Amino acid sequence: MHPVLILVVQRIALGLLLLVAASILIFAGTMILPGDVAQSILGQSATPEALANLRAELGLNEPPVTRYFNWLFGVVQGDLGTALTNGQDIATSMGRRLSNTLFLAFWAAAVAVPLAIFLGLVAVLYRDRWPDKLISGVTLASISIPEFLIGYVLMYFVAVQLGWFSTVAMISDSMSLLEKLSVIALPVAVLTLVVLAHMMRMTRAAILNVMQSAYIETAELKGLSAFTVIFRHAFPNAIAPIVNVVMINLAYLVVGVVVIEVVFVYPGMGQYLVDHVSKRDVPVVQACGLVFAAVYIGLNMVADIVSILANPRLRHPK
Amino acid sequence: MRGIPVSALIGLFFTGLYFLGAIFAPFIAPYGLSEIVGDVWEPSSSRHLLGTDSIGRDLLTRMIYGGRTTIFIATMATILSFVTGSVLGFLAAVLGGWMDQLMSRLIDLLMSIPTLIFALVVLSVMPVTVPVLIVVMGLLDSTRVYRLARAVAVDINVMDFVEAARLRGEGRGWIIFREILPNALSPLVAEMGLRFIFAVLFVSTLSFLGLGVQPPAADWGGIVKENKDGIVYGIPAALVPAFAIATLAISVNLVADWILNRTTSLKGGRGG
Amino acid sequence: MADPLLKVTDLKIEATAYPPGEPPQDITIVEDISFALEKGRVLGLIGESGAGKSTIGLSAMAYGRGGVRITGGEVLVNGRDILKLGVSGLKRLRGAEVTYVAQSAAAAFNPARKIMEQVTEATLAHGRTSKRKAAARAVSLFAKLGLPDPENFGNRYPHQVSGGQLQRAMTALALCPEPELVIFDEPTTALDVTTQIDVLAAIKDAIRDTGVAALYITHDLAVVAQVSDEIMVLRDGHRIEYGAADQIINDPQEDYTRALVSVRSIDHEEKQPTDDPVMQASNVTARYKGTKFDVLHDISVALDAGQTLAVVGESGSGKSTLARVITGLLPPSRGQISFAGRRLSADLAGRSREDLRELQMIYQMADVAMNPRQTVGTIIGRPLEFYFGHRGAEKRRRVIELLDKIELGAGYIDRYPAELSGGQKQRVCIARALAAEPRLIICDEVTSALDPLVADGILKLLLELQKIENVAYLFITHDLATVRAIADSIAVMYQGRVVRYGTKSQVLSPPFDDYTDLLLSSVPEMKLGWLEEVIAHRKMESAGH
Repeated sequence: MHPVLILVVQRIALGLLLLVAASILIFAGTMILPGDVAQSILGQSATPEALANLRAELGLNEPPVTRYFNWLFGVVQGDLGTALTNGQDIATSMGRRLSNTLFLAFWAAAVAVPLAIFLGLVAVLYRDRWPDKLISGVTLASISIPEFLIGYVLMYFVAVQLGWFSTVAMISDSMSLLEKLSVIALPVAVLTLVVLAHMMRMTRAAILNVMQSAYIETAELKGLSAFTVIFRHAFPNAIAPIVNVVMINLAYLVVGVVVIEVVFVYPGMGQYLVDHVSKRDVPVVQACGLVFAAVYIGLNMVADIVSILANPRLRHPK
Repeated sequence: MRGIPVSALIGLFFTGLYFLGAIFAPFIAPYGLSEIVGDVWEPSSSRHLLGTDSIGRDLLTRMIYGGRTTIFIATMATILSFVTGSVLGFLAAVLGGWMDQLMSRLIDLLMSIPTLIFALVVLSVMPVTVPVLIVVMGLLDSTRVYRLARAVAVDINVMDFVEAARLRGEGRGWIIFREILPNALSPLVAEMGLRFIFAVLFVSTLSFLGLGVQPPAADWGGIVKENKDGIVYGIPAALVPAFAIATLAISVNLVADWILNRTTSLKGGRGG
Repeated sequence: MADPLLKVTDLKIEATAYPPGEPPQDITIVEDISFALEKGRVLGLIGESGAGKSTIGLSAMAYGRGGVRITGGEVLVNGRDILKLGVSGLKRLRGAEVTYVAQSAAAAFNPARKIMEQVTEATLAHGRTSKRKAAARAVSLFAKLGLPDPENFGNRYPHQVSGGQLQRAMTALALCPEPELVIFDEPTTALDVTTQIDVLAAIKDAIRDTGVAALYITHDLAVVAQVSDEIMVLRDGHRIEYGAADQIINDPQEDYTRALVSVRSIDHEEKQPTDDPVMQASNVTARYKGTKFDVLHDISVALDAGQTLAVVGESGSGKSTLARVITGLLPPSRGQISFAGRRLSADLAGRSREDLRELQMIYQMADVAMNPRQTVGTIIGRPLEFYFGHRGAEKRRRVIELLDKIELGAGYIDRYPAELSGGQKQRVCIARALAAEPRLIICDEVTSALDPLVADGILKLLLELQKIENVAYLFITHDLATVRAIADSIAVMYQGRVVRYGTKSQVLSPPFDDYTDLLLSSVPEMKLGWLEEVIAHRKMESAGH
C-alpha cells in the first residue's frame, strides 16, 4: 500500500478513536457532580417518589459503564434517546435543526472563506503598508469583541436604524431560497466577521512563511513574473497551510453558531442546546454535545489529511 | 523602562482604570446595585449618565458592579488556568517519557471538544455559582496554557545551556527555576494577557446565554441579556457592555503585544 | 576595446537596522566597491561573515535581499546600467543573462516540483529554446556535472536526491539558460569535505566548458584559489585587496590578506604518548533509544593526561555520539569508559560530583550554550559556587582571574551573552569549563561556527591554556586543518567506526587506508592548481587499479 494511504487511514482511525474518547468525556462530564443528577435536576424540594422515578428513567440505578454502553449503542443505531422535558425523540427534533444550522454555517463559510483568502493575499502584497495595517487593526478589534455583541451591534445599526433585514431570523420550509437567504443575511454577516479576522491573519502568516522561503528567491532570480512566482512556486506549497487555516476556522465557526443562533432566535442546533442546558435536560445536552464534537473532530481530521496529501515528501517517497 | 510605545501606554492606562473601577466599585457607583431609581430604559441624563435599564435600575451602576464581577471571575479563572497549565506543562517537558505522553494525549482529547460546548455540557448538571464558573473556565482554558508552557519548556530544555547545567550535576529545581523559567516567562506573561481576554469573553458569553452569573448579580454579559429586547425598539442599552468589553480587551491586548515584542527584541541580536 | 561583461563602479549598499528600543536607522553595509569582469573569467569574492560578499554578488542582478537597497554607483552588464532597468528589463536580465547558485540547494529548490521543471524553467520562461531542447540541454548538463542516471535524474523531486547531487543540479539550473554570468554563492559550504571536492571540480569543468563568466563567493580562501582568475578580499563592506589569484595567494600585500592566507597553519609540536591515560573508552557500542542500528561500533580510544585527542570525521560518522557517551548523556549498550583510573558510571545519574567536575564540555554553538538571562559573572561563577562553594568576593575574584585567562578582562563580568561577539562567547564557555578545574574538556566542533581568524584565536588560546592547566582535550571536528593545529593523537571515524588511530604523525603519514586517503586529499590547500593535481592523481589511481 502507498505510504500516504497508510497515513490517511491511520489519521481516520485516530479521528474515530478520538470521537469515541470524546463521547466518554461528554458522558462523564455529566456525572462529575458529587451529588446526584436527578436531585440537581429536580431541585431540593423534590419528593422522594419523583426522584426515584427520574432515577429509573435516567437509568441511574445501573452502573455508569453499563449506562454508557447502552447510550453509545443507541447513538450508533441513530437512537439519541428521548428528551426529559417533553418526552420527544431527540433524533427527530434534532434533524430539522441540524439542517438549519448547516445551512447557516454553509453560507457563512461560502462568504467568509474566499473573502478571507483574498484579504490575506492583499495583506501580503501590501505588507507593512496601510492596507495591511488596516487589516491587522480590524483584526485586533474583532477578536476583542464577543460574537453576540457583534450580533447586537449589527442588529442595532443595520436592522433597527437602517431598517434593512429583520432582527430575528425565523426560517421555515415554505420560504424560497432567496427569502431564506434574506432572513439569514445578518447572522451570516456576523459569523463572517467572527471568523474572518482569524482566517485572514492566519492566511497572511501562512503565505508570508512560504514567500520567505529560499526557493521563492530562486524563482525571482530566474526573472519570472510575479504572477508565475506566486502561482507556480508559492501556491503549491501554500495550499496545505491555507486549507489547514480554513478548517480550523470552520471548526471555530461551529462554536460561533451556538451563540449567534440565540441572538437571532434562529431555530438551529445551538439554540436547541442552550435551551436544554438551562432546562437541565441531560440526554439532549449529551446528544448535541456529541454532534458538535463530531463535526469539530471531523473538520480537524480533514485538515490533517489535506496536509498529508499535499506534502510532496510523503507523496513521492524516496 | 525607557521607550514604552504610546500604544502600550494607552493599554496600560485603560487596563489600570478598569481594574481600579472593579476594586473600588462600591465607592464609585452612584446608586445601589439592585435599586430601582427610575423608569424603564430612560435615556442618558445628568442623573443617569448611561440611562436606566429594562426595569429602571441605573445602568452606570450596573456597569460598574458588572465590571467588578466580570473582571473578578476572569482574573481568577486566568490565575487558575495559568497555575495548572504551566505547572503541568513544565513538568511534562522536564519529565518527558510516558508521563509527558499520557498528559499530552489527555489534553489533546480535552481540546478535541470545543470549549464552549464542553462547558455547556458540564454546566447542564452543575449548580451555576461563581466558584463553579471559575473552576470550569479555568480548567478548560488551562489546556491551552499547558500546550504553550510545554512547547516553550521543551524548546528550552533541549538547548545546550540546559544540557550544560545537567552535566554540571544541577538538580531538577535549579534547572526548572533558574534555567528554564527565566527564559519562558515573557512568552507566558504575554499569553496570560490573551487568556484573560478570552476569559472575559467566555464569561460574558455564558452569562448572555443565561448560564453564567445569575441575577440579581450583574456582569457585562448579563447586562446584555437583560437589555437585549430593547434593541428592537432602538434602545442601545445592550450595546454599552459591548463598548466596555471591547476597550478592556483591546487595552490588555496592546499591553500583551508590547511584552511579546520586548521579548523578541531581547532575544535577537546584540544590545550593545 | 569592447565593454567588459560586468563593470561595477563605486557601489554603495544600505540597509535598515532595527536596534531594540531605538528608532530604525540606515546603515551602510557596502561602500566604494569597484571591479570589472571580462567574458569567461572568474572573480572570487572572499571575506568573513558580514563582509558584504553575497550582497555585492546579488547586486550584479540588481537584487537586494530583505530590505537591502543599492543606493549608489553603477552596475554595468554589457555596457548598460542594470540599476536603472525597469521591471521588464530586470526580468530579461535575471535568469537569462545572469543566473544564481545559492548556498543551500536544499532550500533553493521548490519541494513541490520536479527537478527537471525547475532546471529548465528560466530557459523556457525567457523563450530561449523549445521545451525538448531545454530538456536535452539539462540532461547533458547533468551528465557533465557527474550526476547519476542523467536521463532520468530530472524526474525526481528535490527531497529524493542527496545534498551534493542537489548542489550540482543547482549549477545545472544556473547554466541551462546559457547565461553570460553566473553568481556562485558559497555553493560548497554546506557539503562534507569529500563531497565538496567533487562538486568543486564539476563546477570548475562546467565553467571552463561553457565559457561563462562567474562571481565565486566564499569564506574559504583555499577554495576560491582553485576556481578564480582574480580575487577580491572584502571586510566589513570594504575592499581590502584586489588582484590576480596568484598574487593574492603567493604575494599578499595587506596584513588582513596575509592573515587569511596563513590561517589554519598553526603548527603544533605533538607531545609523545605517556601511557598515563586520563580517559579510556573500551569497546564502546551505542545506539539511540528507539532505533535499531548501532551508531557506534566497538570504539576503543585512550587519551593521555594533558594531551589532545582529535576525533575527526564527516557528518554522520558518530563523532558527536562518542562525546555523548563519554559525558554520560547516552549510556552505551556495550563497553565502558574509565576516567582517571576509575570506572565511570554509564549514565549521568550514577556519576559523582567529582566525576562531573573533572569532565567538562564546550559546545559548537556558544550562543545557545549560555543562558541568555544570566550575566557572564553568573555563568562563570556558578561552577565555582557549585563545586567549590566559593561565594561573594572570593567568587568574584576567581571569575575575574578566569576572565583574564581568556583575555577578556574584568570589564565583561556584568555583560549578557547577547552583548558579546561570537569569539567572545566561545571564550566565556571556555572559562566556564576551566572554572571547574577539570582534567578533561570535551570540545565539540568549538571552532566550526566561527570565522577563520576568530577560530585561530580560540585554538591558540586552547593550546596556551593546556600548557598552564595541564588539561586534556577530546577535540571533535570535521576540519583537518584544526586537527593539525591542535592534536597530539588522532582517531579518524567513518560510519560509526574508528578506521585509523594513533599519534598525529602516524595517522597523517602514509601508507593510508582508503578512507583516510580520500579525506586527507580532499582538504583544499592554499595553493593554485591543487584541485587539478588531486583530480589527476585520483584518475591515475583509478586507472591503475
